[in-house]
Amino acid sequence: MARIVAGVTTSHVPAIGAMIDQGRQQEPYWAPIFGGFEFSKRWMAELKPDVAIVIYNDHASAFDASIFPTFALGCADRYLPADEGWGRRPVPTVMGHADLACHIAQHMILDEFDLTVVNRMDVDHGLTVPLNLLFGDLKADQAWPCQVIPLPINVIQYPPPTGKRCYAMGQALRRAVESWPGNERVVVFGTGGMSHQLQGTRAGFINTPWDTRFLDNLTLDPLALTRITHAEYVREAGSEGIELVMWLAMRGALDERVREVYRFYHVPCSNTALGHIILEND
Amino acid sequence: MTEPQLSPYLTEFEDIPGTYVFNTFRSRQGFHLNQFCMSLMKADNRAAFKADNAAYLAAWDLTDAQRDAVLARDWTGMMREGGNIYFLSKLFSTDGHSFQHVAAIMTGATQAQYAQMMLAGGRDPQGCRSKADPSL
Repeated sequence: MARIVAGVTTSHVPAIGAMIDQGRQQEPYWAPIFGGFEFSKRWMAELKPDVAIVIYNDHASAFDASIFPTFALGCADRYLPADEGWGRRPVPTVMGHADLACHIAQHMILDEFDLTVVNRMDVDHGLTVPLNLLFGDLKADQAWPCQVIPLPINVIQYPPPTGKRCYAMGQALRRAVESWPGNERVVVFGTGGMSHQLQGTRAGFINTPWDTRFLDNLTLDPLALTRITHAEYVREAGSEGIELVMWLAMRGALDERVREVYRFYHVPCSNTALGHIILEND
Repeated sequence: MTEPQLSPYLTEFEDIPGTYVFNTFRSRQGFHLNQFCMSLMKADNRAAFKADNAAYLAAWDLTDAQRDAVLARDWTGMMREGGNIYFLSKLFSTDGHSFQHVAAIMTGATQAQYAQMMLAGGRDPQGCRSKADPSL
């Protein structure tokens, strides 16, 4: 059977992608941010997963205002980096694992988790920035070191799914992966967060104590995190901090008991409190 | 389109200051504005829009308030008229601006002041959790 071997969360700030594309990682503002992922890249290079399932949100790139799928799954062979208004990012084409993805879709839907199947879409910074942070600054003529299954969750139009539902989705995702006859080793990414607000007079909102408790409870008490309401996310983590429900989707795919392998937290990354954690089943 | 009676779920957000929650009502209100922004993901459309903003906008079914807000790059006005920040990002990217540039404008600060606030740890939650708090 295929197995989930680890979980990773990280913010997916678009400016990180822009700095990589412009070769500005060593500038004083950015060097500590990229430095925070040096351990993680070494860890990932040793882990050598076959597949990364990346839980992220589409930022009005693949899906326009016509449709906001709550949970969707990429079942395509490949995904191009989206043109988000300044051209496609010069990163490798994302190669899918369509057979496994189609199996996951079938298993989860019959398991009463009704995903939207996506056969064609571009992937935006929400997916490509985390790949860069964990796999390195690869260029368009190179290849990502593993296959990728995108799993976009709506966190733009309210209501997004609850944290509890995202956690349950992670559990269903795990059942689906483990029912696949192949031997793939799978890493699950939960992306976005942490506290940040990009709009209104409250833009720039950062809540480090709240973020720290969230990071602690990923290991200590994830079920407490599933009880956080949408209003609490907006009030305590800012309007875009709602992305943290996607971390709970990753968390649901792991064991109840996990070990924190690595943590990195940095303010500011553009408008955002950048958070990153690596978890392995204990 | 009349704003519906707020559900208990949406009412909870009303107490949070300085924040637009993009609910299904705002999504309908801003549909054409947001779709116009999406069109700027194509290089040809960006070129046409840059050549003549008003002529490009004429093809889109925007309200006068939405059109005026776009032409004036009144970001708060666009948010008020149903725009969503991730859609609006296509517009400010076309203009060559960053999220931080637009966030600063929406707070009434200069980009330098805003960047300094972020370097100092960001906006303190103290005083901006609730409309009952005094600071926003």
